[in-house]
Amino acid sequence: MTMVFGIPIQAFLGQLLIGLINGSFYALLSLGLAVIFGLLRVINFAHGALYMLGAFVAYLLLAELGIPYWPALIIAPLIVAAFGAVIERTMLSRLYDLDHLYGLLFTFGLALVIEGVFRWEYGASGQPYAGPDLLSGGTNLGFMFLPTYRAWVVVASLVVCLATWLLIEKTKLGSYLRAATENPTLVQAFGVNVPLLLTLTYALGAALAAFAGVLAAPIYQVSPLMGSNIIIVVFAVVVVGGMGSILGAILTGYLLGIAEGLTKVFYPEASNIVIFVIMAIVLLTRPAGLFGRDA
Amino acid sequence: MSDMTRNDMTSTNSAGAGGGLVNAQAIFLLIGLALLLAAPFFVYPIFLMKLLCFALFACAFNLLLGYTGLLSFGHAAFFGGAAYITAHTVKEWGVTPEIGVLLGVLAAAFLGLVMGFVAIRRQGIYFAMITLALAQMFFFFCLQAEFTKGEDGIQSVPRGHLFGVVDLNNPIAMYFFVLAVFLIGMAIIWRFVNSPFGMILKSIRENEPRAVSLGYAVDRYKLGAFVMSAALTGLAGGVKALVFQFATLTDVSWQMSGEVILMTLLGGIGTLVGPIFGAGLVVTLQNYLATSSFPVTIITGVVFMVCVLVFRRGIIGEFYASRLGRKLGFVHRR
Repeated sequence: MTMVFGIPIQAFLGQLLIGLINGSFYALLSLGLAVIFGLLRVINFAHGALYMLGAFVAYLLLAELGIPYWPALIIAPLIVAAFGAVIERTMLSRLYDLDHLYGLLFTFGLALVIEGVFRWEYGASGQPYAGPDLLSGGTNLGFMFLPTYRAWVVVASLVVCLATWLLIEKTKLGSYLRAATENPTLVQAFGVNVPLLLTLTYALGAALAAFAGVLAAPIYQVSPLMGSNIIIVVFAVVVVGGMGSILGAILTGYLLGIAEGLTKVFYPEASNIVIFVIMAIVLLTRPAGLFGRDA
Repeated sequence: MSDMTRNDMTSTNSAGAGGGLVNAQAIFLLIGLALLLAAPFFVYPIFLMKLLCFALFACAFNLLLGYTGLLSFGHAAFFGGAAYITAHTVKEWGVTPEIGVLLGVLAAAFLGLVMGFVAIRRQGIYFAMITLALAQMFFFFCLQAEFTKGEDGIQSVPRGHLFGVVDLNNPIAMYFFVLAVFLIGMAIIWRFVNSPFGMILKSIRENEPRAVSLGYAVDRYKLGAFVMSAALTGLAGGVKALVFQFATLTDVSWQMSGEVILMTLLGGIGTLVGPIFGAGLVVTLQNYLATSSFPVTIITGVVFMVCVLVFRRGIIGEFYASRLGRKLGFVHRR
C-alpha cells in the first residue's frame, strides 16, 4: 500500500476530497457574504439560514410537487433570491444609515426565525434527499474511488464562483456594482438606480447561498440546523480571507476546506477547530486578512 | 460606533450635585433593593436567582458594548467557561463555593485576556465575527475535553457551605448569596464606568482615532475593558453553575452569546440598569414558553428584528428619552 507521511494514500486522498467539497461550500458561501458586504456593508448572519432554506426548498419541491434535482437547482435559488429581495426591500434597507452592527443583529434575528420555523415544522433531525440518477455511482481512479456526485459538486461550485467573479469584474452590471461600492452617492447622481442595485445584490448573495444548499442536500441530510453549523466557520473563512476581494474569498474557502480535510487525516481531534486556529494566527500576523485591503 | 450607544445615565456622574434629581434616582434604587430583598418570600427563588445571574451577565456584557462600543459575539465562552470551572472545582476538588466562583472568575478573565488579545486587532463588524469564531473554538474544546463530560455536562454539583459555615442548600440562603454577588458585581460595574478609566473607554467609543491622537494606548484600554467584562461575566456564570448545580454545553454555545445581546439590546444599550430589565423580560419569556412546544427561537428572533428596526434605544433608553424620564433627571444623549 502506498503511504504518504505514514498515512495510506487512499485515506489521504479521501480526506482531501472531503476537504475540497467542504471548501466548495465555504467558497460559495463566503463569496456571497463578500458580495453582500461589499455593497451593503451588512454582514449577513442569515446566510447560513438561506443556505438551509435553499436545501429545504429543493426538498419540498421534490416531496410536494415532484420536481426533481435539476430544475430545483435553478428554481430553489430563484425562490430564495426573491425571498431575500423582499427582506432587503422591506426591512434591511432601513438600516443602511445606522451602525453596521445593526445589520448583523437584524440578520441574526432573521436567521433565528427561519431556523425556528423549520425546526418547529420538521424537527431537528435531517430529511434524506435523493440526488439525480445521472450522477449516482462513481469512478475507480485506480488509487481511489471517486463518487460522481462529489466530483460534480466541486466542478459546479468552481463554475458558479468563476461566473460570479466574471459577472462582477467583466460586465457592465458588475462595473455599476463596483462603482457603487466605492461611492454610492456619485453613482446615483449618474442616474443608476442604486437602491435597486442593493436589492439585486442581496438577492444574488441569497441565490448563491441557496445554490450551495441544493448542492449540499444530497450529501448531507436536509436539516434545519445545517445553516447554523456552517455559518460560523464561514465567518472565520471571511476573516482569514479579508473581505476586500472576491477572488480572495473564493480561494480562501477552498484552501481552508482542504486544510480542514488534511487535519482530519493527521490529527482528527483538531479538525473542528483548525480553521479557527488559522484565523487566530492570520490575525496575529496579518490583521487585514490574507487578501484584505483595509487596515 | 457612537450610533450604537446613544443612551447614558450621565446624571449619575454628578451624583450629589442637584438635590431633587438625585432623590428621584435614590428612591428608584431603594425601591429596587426593597423588592429584591422581599422577592424570595413571594416568588420561586430558583427563578429569581436565574434572573439575577443573567442580569449580571447582561450588565457585564453591556460594559463592553455600551461603554466601550465593542460588540462581542462570544461572551458565552466566559459565562460557560466559568460555569465549568466552578462546577469542576466544587465537585471534584471539594473547594468551598466562594473559592469555586473565584476560580471561575479567574479562568474567565484569563480566557478574556487571550481572546481579547486576538480580537482587538480588528474593529467593528470584524471584532464581532472574530469573537464569535473564537468562542466557537472554545465550544469545540469543551465538547472534547475530559473534565467537561461532553454532552452530559457536569451534573449534580454540590452547593456546599459558604465560607464553610452557611448551608447554601437552603434556597433562601442561596438567594441572598446570589443577591450579594449581584450587588457586588453591579457596584464594580458602576465604579468602573464612572472611573477615569471608564471615561477613556467612552471616549474610545465615541471617536477612536481622536482618542489615539490624544495619546491614549487605545488597545490597552480595550483589552482592559474586555478582561473586566469577561471576569464579571465569569462571576455570573460561576454562580449560575451553583444555582442550577450543573454546567453544560448550552452555556458555551453561540445561542447563549446571542441571548445576552438580545437582553442588552432590549433593555437599552449603554444604560446601567437597562440590561437588568432586558434579562428579566427574556428569562420570564423563556420560562413561560418552556412548557409549550412553540420554539423560543422564533420569538427571540422576532424580538431581535423588531428591536433593531424600531426600538433601538431599548426599554430604559426610551424611558430616559421620554418626558417623564427627563423630568426625573435622566439624560438621554444623542
